[in-house]
Amino acid sequence: MPEMTMREAIARSLREGLDGDSRVFLMGEDVGAYDGAYAVTRGFLADYGPERIRDTPIAESVLVGSAVGAAMAGLKPIVEIMTINFSLLAMDQIVNNAAKLRYMSNGQFSVPIVIRTVTGGGGQLGATHSQSFEGWFASVPGLKVAVPSTPYDALGLLRSALKDDNPIIYAEHAMLYGMRGEVPDEWYEVPFGQAAIRRPGSDVTIVAYSGTVRIALEAAETMASSKGREAEVIDMRTLRPLDLDTVIESVKKTNRAVVVEEAWSVGGFGAEIASAIQAQAFDHLDGPVARVGSLDVPVPYAQNLEAAVLPSSQRVVQAIEDTFGL
Amino acid sequence: MKVAPKLEKTQAVDYYSQMLLIRRFEEASARLYMQGKIKGFLHLYIGEEAIAVGSISTLSEQDYVITHYRDHGHALARGMDPKVIMAELFGKATGSSGGKGGSMHLFDASRNFMGGYAIVGGQLPIAVGLALAAKYRREDRTVLCFFGDGAVNEGEFHESMNLASVWQLPVIFMLENNLYGMGSYVERTHAGGKDIYHVADAYKIPAAQVDGMDVLAVREATEEALKRVRTGSGPVFIEAMTYRFRGHSMADPVAYRESSELDQWRKEDPIEKFKVVALREEFVTDDELQGIEAGVQATVEAAIRFAEESPEPELDTLHDNVYA
Ligand SMILES: Cc1ncc(C[n+]2csc(CCOP(=O)(O)OP(=O)(O)O)c2C)c(N)n1
Ligand SMILES: [Mg+2]
Repeated sequence: MPEMTMREAIARSLREGLDGDSRVFLMGEDVGAYDGAYAVTRGFLADYGPERIRDTPIAESVLVGSAVGAAMAGLKPIVEIMTINFSLLAMDQIVNNAAKLRYMSNGQFSVPIVIRTVTGGGGQLGATHSQSFEGWFASVPGLKVAVPSTPYDALGLLRSALKDDNPIIYAEHAMLYGMRGEVPDEWYEVPFGQAAIRRPGSDVTIVAYSGTVRIALEAAETMASSKGREAEVIDMRTLRPLDLDTVIESVKKTNRAVVVEEAWSVGGFGAEIASAIQAQAFDHLDGPVARVGSLDVPVPYAQNLEAAVLPSSQRVVQAIEDTFGL
Repeated sequence: MKVAPKLEKTQAVDYYSQMLLIRRFEEASARLYMQGKIKGFLHLYIGEEAIAVGSISTLSEQDYVITHYRDHGHALARGMDPKVIMAELFGKATGSSGGKGGSMHLFDASRNFMGGYAIVGGQLPIAVGLALAAKYRREDRTVLCFFGDGAVNEGEFHESMNLASVWQLPVIFMLENNLYGMGSYVERTHAGGKDIYHVADAYKIPAAQVDGMDVLAVREATEEALKRVRTGSGPVFIEAMTYRFRGHSMADPVAYRESSELDQWRKEDPIEKFKVVALREEFVTDDELQGIEAGVQATVEAAIRFAEESPEPELDTLHDNVYA
């Protein structure tokens, strides 16, 4: 099967969207002349022109809000918020408008927009540029949230997103753009709300998404090679809708669960998953649901400090040992 | 008051009836609020009717109207059925949003009434997007966007003015300067003082200030703005000077302003002022005015009856329309 990077997979899907539907256009800060801050839209301006590849001022609120308005009027905007850290300046438009308009108008309007943004740390960008807020958005009814971890999913989820009539937060992990993976030439889609089992196992379930899937897989390798234990790794793929069935089924088999996220553990989305596991599989659990997330500090700049704060496979293995004695 | 030459009798009757309908509808709403039949926040437009009526009457059907939470006047002027508005205020199933929106969140897709927005400044970026869609599709549509003097201090206002101008989008920014944002006098909150329209200069948006208590002046200013916007040369800014005769909302005891100020402004009552003109210019007779009053009363009473008699929303509609 052909391989491509995450960046190429996203670009391919964006081009499909633009090619297939004249209602689709892209806008964001430096998506055009600059080729995108993370080079996802390289060459787009030349191919599609300035009407469909729109460089906006650095004004997150109007850039998202105007996409909401254009969507209400029947277009299908794809917006790029340069990173999820800057989404805070667009929170009003995302949470109060995009997520609410269909409900408040009782279905008179819908808001079919895709908000692409970049999440996560690991690039030594310091406290303001290394955050993971996708879980915040996932707590808002009216939004959908995609958190792909492979090129295959990046393409397949974006295809689904482009067919969806709801506002979608599509979070691309900054450290995954260069990741290579198999992507078939044939058309496929990855539906929202369908988790993937990345590695089967019978001793413990590791629930992960976005950047932490890689960490979970590394941890599972370590568990296998150094302890002879088989971890099952589940990639959530989307946080809203959330496929709890796959998680619960796995936990019923393994009787142990650890949830790994890059957001801060305090109030993190992992707590929602842990709570659901305890509510729906309590009698199957051999111990409390373990959690691994970022430590409870802003993400620091120095390489060793940042590495200490972000979740790692060592911390996952440690959590499994501490909680379950494995 | 100067009378625009092309005013016709039907228009005069129309403007007067619409302003009176808004006035009587809201007076009734206030009473119903005191009776506990309408809950939540209720923001009355009483005193400001000339702005909605004077401007919206110039639009064509395909134009978009979008506004803030003080939205009954704009909704009525856009032709929304008083019954479904009143039912929405009552939280009934027959309301414009089936009882899910409330007073601050009226919508009517069929009239391109794109909604009332209750986060101050939140509708401005959307207005820009509606205009962007019109331009993108080469449609001849203008967006008429209402907001208050308080909203001007929000970042969203400035982001929206800038982008609309940079992209030359068909938006009329209609500022309803009623001198207060809740209890804050405009000169205490806006660095440019009470004449806000100067802010438009920074964005190279042509701007005018107009007497917002004069329905014909508002109409004229909007017609001028429309002419310009329809040539494709970008947005226009209008500042309509006005005053709300009631509190910010029904919860407001109005302790922050002198009653003498209100008395002064009451002399500018847009409905009374227009009545004088209409009589003087013989657009209406006293008898006709009485007929209009009776008709408006009947409409409001029918709206109330409809709202009273309508059922509450079914609980099983609770989750409808969260997602498409
Ligand atoms: C972002 C935001 N901040 C504060 C409020 C609370 N609030 C509601 S209306 C209002 C005053 C707005 O005044 P203005 O824009 O002048 O409109 P007016 O009510 O006078 O028509 C305030 C502070 C809000 N709804 N949204
Ligand atoms: Mg005001």
